[in-house]
Amino acid sequence: MRPGTVIVGTGQAGFQTAASLRAEGYAEPITLIGDEKQIPYQRPPLSKGFALGQLDFESIELRSEKFYQDHRINLIVGKRVTRIERAKRRVRLESGETFPYEKLVLALGSSNRRLTIKGAEPEGIVYLRSVEEAVVIRDCLKNANAVVVIGGGFIGLELAAVARTMGKAVTVVEALPRLMSRTVAPMVSEFFRNLHSGKGITVICGATVAAIEGTNGNTRSVALSDGSRWPADVVIAGVGVVPNTELAQTAGLAAANGIAVDEFLQTDDLDIFAVGDCAEFPCAFAGMRIRLESVQNAADQAQHVAATIAGRRSAYRALPWFWTDQFEVKLQMAGISHGHDRTVTRGNAESGKLSLFYFKGERLIGIDSINRPLDQMMGRKLMSANIPLTPEQAADESFDLKHLAHSVGAAQH
Amino acid sequence: MPRVTYISAKGDVREIDVPVGTTVMSAALKNGIDGIVAECGGVCMCSTCHVFVDEKFFDRLTRANDTEEAVLEIAAVERQATSRLSCQIKVTEELDGLIVRLPEKQR
Repeated sequence: MRPGTVIVGTGQAGFQTAASLRAEGYAEPITLIGDEKQIPYQRPPLSKGFALGQLDFESIELRSEKFYQDHRINLIVGKRVTRIERAKRRVRLESGETFPYEKLVLALGSSNRRLTIKGAEPEGIVYLRSVEEAVVIRDCLKNANAVVVIGGGFIGLELAAVARTMGKAVTVVEALPRLMSRTVAPMVSEFFRNLHSGKGITVICGATVAAIEGTNGNTRSVALSDGSRWPADVVIAGVGVVPNTELAQTAGLAAANGIAVDEFLQTDDLDIFAVGDCAEFPCAFAGMRIRLESVQNAADQAQHVAATIAGRRSAYRALPWFWTDQFEVKLQMAGISHGHDRTVTRGNAESGKLSLFYFKGERLIGIDSINRPLDQMMGRKLMSANIPLTPEQAADESFDLKHLAHSVGAAQH
Repeated sequence: MPRVTYISAKGDVREIDVPVGTTVMSAALKNGIDGIVAECGGVCMCSTCHVFVDEKFFDRLTRANDTEEAVLEIAAVERQATSRLSCQIKVTEELDGLIVRLPEKQR
């Protein structure tokens, strides 16, 4: 029997690589190995419905256990791959077991950046990445009165919304001058700041944590650089991630901000691919090398590598898209708006319906939408097909985006 | 328990008993129906759980909201009059016998 494909990592990207290989008709063995104890599950609900207690594990499983048997996917959970032995074309597990491969897919994910204060990691801070951590957060929140969330990005704000929905006193602390500033324009940051403030959350931007104070690791307060102090039974940090590159690096593969891959998502060893959070790739849409942390990126890259391994090789070109749910508001984002020099809007913040179109010169490079889903979906279609939309057309509500997007579809077929 | 029938693009028929309150999407995933991908996990962000609902049942469903309508516009196989996202169809007793047909591709 041929060794087939080994996939390391059982997150969204690893799971999707295995599933797509079978969907592509790949007949060789598939081994999917990860150090998490659970079968593959969705991460997005962890900071939303799961943290709120509305969803159980079964409802966030990507597929039931039977799926892996039915598709002859050898799923190995709770085991860590410690080495890639490239010369022997095999991976070695912590247990000493080895698995040979013809093709190896690294879907290693990322790890939470840890908060440090004066060079030291304070104790008693909770983080969210795995379902086990989500269970810890869910249980802590049940018994808490006051919650401080450090980090005003997607994860921090989603968890702040969950805690507030549960009736807790919530403070969000963001070091930069505005919320989600890495991804969205000031108008969108402002909208969400108002949303959170309006729900009774204290939002503090431009301050860092000076100290976490308390007795016996119990009731604490968080002291900020601006001199203020906030009570906290639970301190949650969502301060970004670092890609898991160690396994690749120790095998001599190039990695800096992620494992370096080319437009085919291949590393400098052509039998080894990297996908998802851990991969730094040349983004055709953005025109630069980037690394993305999203379901879309994980699933599309996985699907792409599966097609390549199954014999349909092509350059990866998928359009990035993202979403976040905070209270009853869904923010949808498409494209990569980084580097824009102009924005135009449809709708407005007052109505609660707003799309922001990001342009670089005359080129549309991103759209953020709040309660204007058709703008978002048509924008995705236009950007995917590289069909020009001018800033004037974008700003003109009477200009029919759907008509333009559909004329594109017709032209393509 | 209400029964839902899934018919693949090739014509394979699968009948599944679905607990009330479960979505047509999650029942498909749980029971290994491969024609449903559900990339976003059922939050109306992708179109990979697109189904064609049998005409007899279409009017019995709660109407699609604006988000679902928008997402149907980007489906890999062009939407038809009875297209829905299966993540938005919650099974009820009244939907016993529901028939959905799967498109030939979802992405």
